[in-house]
Amino acid sequence: MQYDVIVIGAGMSGLAAGIRLAMFDKKVLILEKHTIPGGLNSYYQRRNFSGGGIRQFDVGLHALTNFIKKGEKAKPFSKLLKQLRLSYDDFKLCPQSYSKISFPDVELKFSNDFELLKNEVFEKFPKQMDAFNSLVQKIDSFNELDLSLGFSSARVVLKETLSDPLLIEMILCPLLIYGSAWENDMDFAQFVIMFKSLYYEGFSRPEGGVRTIISLMMDKLKNLGAEMKFKAPVSEILSKNGKAYGVKVGESEYHAPVILSSIGLPETYTLNNELKKQVSPRVGSMTFLESIFVFDQKIPLNVNDSTITFYNNHSVYEYQKAQGLFDSRSAVVCFPDNYEPLNRSGEGTARITFMANFDEWQKLSKESYAEEKQKVAETALGIVKKFTPGFEGKLLFEDTFSPLTIAKYTSHLGGTVYGSIDKTRDGKTPLENLYIIGTDQGFLGIVGSILSGISLANLYGLMEEK
Amino acid sequence: MTAQEVRQIVIDIISDIAPDEDTSGLDDAKSLREQMDLDSMDFLDIVMELRKRHKVEVPQEDYPQLASLNSCVAYLLPKLS
Repeated sequence: MQYDVIVIGAGMSGLAAGIRLAMFDKKVLILEKHTIPGGLNSYYQRRNFSGGGIRQFDVGLHALTNFIKKGEKAKPFSKLLKQLRLSYDDFKLCPQSYSKISFPDVELKFSNDFELLKNEVFEKFPKQMDAFNSLVQKIDSFNELDLSLGFSSARVVLKETLSDPLLIEMILCPLLIYGSAWENDMDFAQFVIMFKSLYYEGFSRPEGGVRTIISLMMDKLKNLGAEMKFKAPVSEILSKNGKAYGVKVGESEYHAPVILSSIGLPETYTLNNELKKQVSPRVGSMTFLESIFVFDQKIPLNVNDSTITFYNNHSVYEYQKAQGLFDSRSAVVCFPDNYEPLNRSGEGTARITFMANFDEWQKLSKESYAEEKQKVAETALGIVKKFTPGFEGKLLFEDTFSPLTIAKYTSHLGGTVYGSIDKTRDGKTPLENLYIIGTDQGFLGIVGSILSGISLANLYGLMEEK
Repeated sequence: MTAQEVRQIVIDIISDIAPDEDTSGLDDAKSLREQMDLDSMDFLDIVMELRKRHKVEVPQEDYPQLASLNSCVAYLLPKLS
């Protein structure tokens, strides 16, 4: 079968790319290995431990970054709305209360109003006021969306600007764990994207979680008549003399002059015989574990009213592959109920994320895998208790996903969440007609991935006529 | 097609791709970007809609011709007539 564009992967970037192409009458085919869309931001359900009933969970979504108020213009989220012709109201965004970066002796709060973080920095690091202002100036004058940028270290820029190492660690902490494929550092362009996404714009969560976003995009694709296939793993990207021309799924071949792969850069290399002969892009080492707890009641606001806490129990933030199975010295603690502080009825939820080590999890036997997951859940529950002193809600349900779970459902080598440490900003690969979208193109988070799909579909699917 | 009709074609497209923008008080001589929140992605959409709705091709090197309403009309009128 002949198409104008084939998109590999129905995650955020693949769905967005598909919409753009179908919108302008391109014959597009989206191929997804899994049974449902969403990719790294998908959803699942679990039966209750006792009795009937099914609980719905989002896979990784703590927060949708890049919050805007209705009508705000020239922001990543407003670009997304315009490009996909979606309406702000459809997302039903619930803004966060506030979040905090919690280190042993200092806490920095931030919200969807940048003034809060600024005032917190001024109050807790008074000697860094001017330095922080000049960091903000550097961020404002930087064009992070330039597709021709190479890697430059955010830490180097931060050290040139701020002199207090603790402030550097605290500012980096949420930005690293919400998006960096690199250990202990990130690309400065990505730092700027993340700084704006988290600190300038902030967090919200669509009512209904990630399903709301996915179903908006799926409806759009359906209405535009785009073709999608699930349980359709691409086994080979076909190419000849350095030019990609199609893909193989089982016994079927599909051909197109443009192929957009959202499955990751090293993962894409494994699917093509010409690319296999080249040096593979490096697999990142950052992978995570998450425990989810459901209580019979919501945590009262006077016990904890923050939405997300970036917790670290020592003064240096070690964002790196865990030494053992996981690293409990730091965690992201998310109370999603605090996106809707007025609704206190019904069950309460907490999600705790730790850095982990893929290889260590892979070594485990089946029995010890279950045991170790249980230990993670116990440690995570200890952290929930630490942040909810006096809360006596009864635990109804818990679930933990491991790096192996991530690898299984996303097919990311090493269970990475933020992909390879080699990015391709312009999406190009050594093969003509084959482009990378999504995480390994380098825009981050849900909004970033969607914009990645949009931008590269525009560039290689719409602007360059083939 | 008249110049007025061509102008309306462009206005209709802008209203569809940027529904929040007020197109009623536009100065035809001034650049569209100065008067509205339109970025390069939006200009691509103007071009794509011209192709989709009116079968007009605007090659990339001609994108600057779409800067203002006046220049749009001057550029598109011969193509649409």
